[in-house]
Amino acid sequence: MTHPVSTAPIHSPVLEPGMKGIVSDWSSDQQSFKTAPWGKTMMWIFLVSDTFIFSIFLISYMTVRMSTPEPWPNSTELFALTIGGNHIPLILIALMTFILITSSGTMALAVNYAYRKDRRTTFVLLMITALLGALFVGMQAFEWTKLITEEGIRPWGNPLGAAQFGSVFFMVTGFHGTHVSIGVILLVIFAIKVWRGDLEHQRPGFLTGRKGGYETIEIVGLYWHFVDLVWVFIFAFFYLW
Amino acid sequence: MSEAQNQQHPIGVYLKIWLLLFVLSTASYMVDYFQVQSYLRWSLIIVFMLLKAGLIVAVFMHLMWERLAFVYAILLPPLLILTFIGIGALEANYTFLTRSIFFFKGAQ
Repeated sequence: MTHPVSTAPIHSPVLEPGMKGIVSDWSSDQQSFKTAPWGKTMMWIFLVSDTFIFSIFLISYMTVRMSTPEPWPNSTELFALTIGGNHIPLILIALMTFILITSSGTMALAVNYAYRKDRRTTFVLLMITALLGALFVGMQAFEWTKLITEEGIRPWGNPLGAAQFGSVFFMVTGFHGTHVSIGVILLVIFAIKVWRGDLEHQRPGFLTGRKGGYETIEIVGLYWHFVDLVWVFIFAFFYLW
Repeated sequence: MSEAQNQQHPIGVYLKIWLLLFVLSTASYMVDYFQVQSYLRWSLIIVFMLLKAGLIVAVFMHLMWERLAFVYAILLPPLLILTFIGIGALEANYTFLTRSIFFFKGAQ
């Protein structure tokens, strides 16, 4: 077997593609992630840990739902709304899904315009994303109010069947709603930073003192898309299953 | 040394994926609206879910444009969750069995 011997210098500025790139990246000096800024790497590592947290929630949901002999409440009817005299099943959750997808799209565009240094458009898109996020949380508050006051659902039981439904519902949607709320706050903070030109002029942040840059918009975007991603799984397993 | 590359892509890519996400969300809502049941329901839900998740992670979160070393470091660890799902399902079946035997009168 003869392998072509690389004549490139050890600190080659040329990055290898494909599987060979994986080996050379991981076996190289100092850092393995050659093109990702460290802030983005840190955000991804946090998101992987958050993936495990939400997975544990959804797995415990699976376990309690599979193990209860009591009937599980029917989400199709529980989250139905009567709009204009028409009874539409699960429409509240469908609307929340569309709102979150829309906000994910505006966020993706915000990241794009941020890298073009178009401050005005980025600001507007970030604020629209934040508004849609706030609307989502508002609809969730409506959903919780309806389930608590009209249906009598509590974390320790409900009149519709399996007691585990209440605990899983409040834990999973509550944790997700908290993530959305934190995301809205982050979006507003970074929209203001974009508006003031903090990122363009690389002013240090008030919390970390790091130089500002438009890659932080992409990092905030990663968090926001992750919140949407988690909702995709909650929508499928909790509401549709 | 490392050079931080900006993830700058044509806007059309995002708009197409955005549209596709809308279509897929509508499709998964239709599964419930038309009350598709049993194995067809579960497989449709999972297919639409995985497609949506894949599009968000690959395009909106830019993972398809990252270095492979980065992509695998992010995507491989969550595969361990599959093991945990298996353990949870085994445990749930056992609990259901014992509850069915001991909690219901008439099953003596």
